[in-house]
Amino acid sequence: MSIEERVVEIVSEQMGVAKDQIKRETEFIKDLGADSLDTVELVMEFEEEFDIQIPDEEAEKIQTVGQAIDYIQEHSK
Amino acid sequence: MGLFSGKKGLILGVANDYSIAWAIARRLVDEGAELGFTHLPGEKMERRVRRVVDPINPKLLVPCDVQKDEDIAAAFSAARESFGTLDFVLHSIAFAPLDDLKCPFVKASRDGFKLAMDVSVYSLVAVSRSASELMPEGGAILTLTYYGGEKVVPGYNMMGVCKAALDASVKYLAFDLGPRKIRVNALSAGPVKTLAASAIGDSDKLAGLYEAISPMKRNITREEVGSTGMFLLSDLASGVTGEILHVDCGYNVMGSPGQALEAALQAKG
Repeated sequence: MSIEERVVEIVSEQMGVAKDQIKRETEFIKDLGADSLDTVELVMEFEEEFDIQIPDEEAEKIQTVGQAIDYIQEHSK
Repeated sequence: MGLFSGKKGLILGVANDYSIAWAIARRLVDEGAELGFTHLPGEKMERRVRRVVDPINPKLLVPCDVQKDEDIAAAFSAARESFGTLDFVLHSIAFAPLDDLKCPFVKASRDGFKLAMDVSVYSLVAVSRSASELMPEGGAILTLTYYGGEKVVPGYNMMGVCKAALDASVKYLAFDLGPRKIRVNALSAGPVKTLAASAIGDSDKLAGLYEAISPMKRNITREEVGSTGMFLLSDLASGVTGEILHVDCGYNVMGSPGQALEAALQAKG
């Protein structure tokens, strides 16, 4: 699976939305109704899945699924 | 036959798969325990916790906001209906408003302090009182604390003060409930990535500190916390009460960073 597919899989599982509803431009808070717990959990899931650390100040900048994919692509080993 | 065959307990504070409460719960189930869980009120919170605990098919999942006496009463009354009596209770709950947690402790607000103390400390008192009523033959109560309550851990801020109060509460509760054969202990774990830890600044870096400084030169695993938590709730710990047990690869015994400091200075050049 590509990073993109794995991210979509995690978001779909965490937020309980169908994968075909999740696009690069999908916003976690506005489009998927993520609350503060969801966003923290998503970051934890990404960190676990891709073996990376996402500092708080970076996590705050990630608003869309595409931004998450880009960040992970840049930082995963 | 497991250590917990025929034993029943209530777990407060599972938030997700990463929760320390869940790591301990799984070990309890391994040993044959029957468990009930609480979740924060609300459909969404129920769904969160249900998703985690469903695989073990718990007999009880009830809402409980520990700031409300009536919620605590209702949760333990539900536990009485499901289990009759309880053998143990795990309290894995803490909260502080982010603004009051992220700022230097000297700037913490009065309201934030009250709220954090209520949820993170008084809840143990209230829960222990209700739990003791369901423990006619004795039992065990366990809470989760952190070293930041004993010594200053930068970033832990107001929660450190809460944990200091929690540690003292454990000792006084152990004294009050000891004659009724109810043990009260705290487990002080090294840094574990959890929902709660995500609110602590630099919690990722803290794990690295344990790897560099602790006598075992590594950080703990969630499974180790699970096993020791299970032990403290079991009859193997029948003579242990009022104890703050560190599961931290020995980090707390260190008085200086030792070789880690030299390595850091060298790296700096």
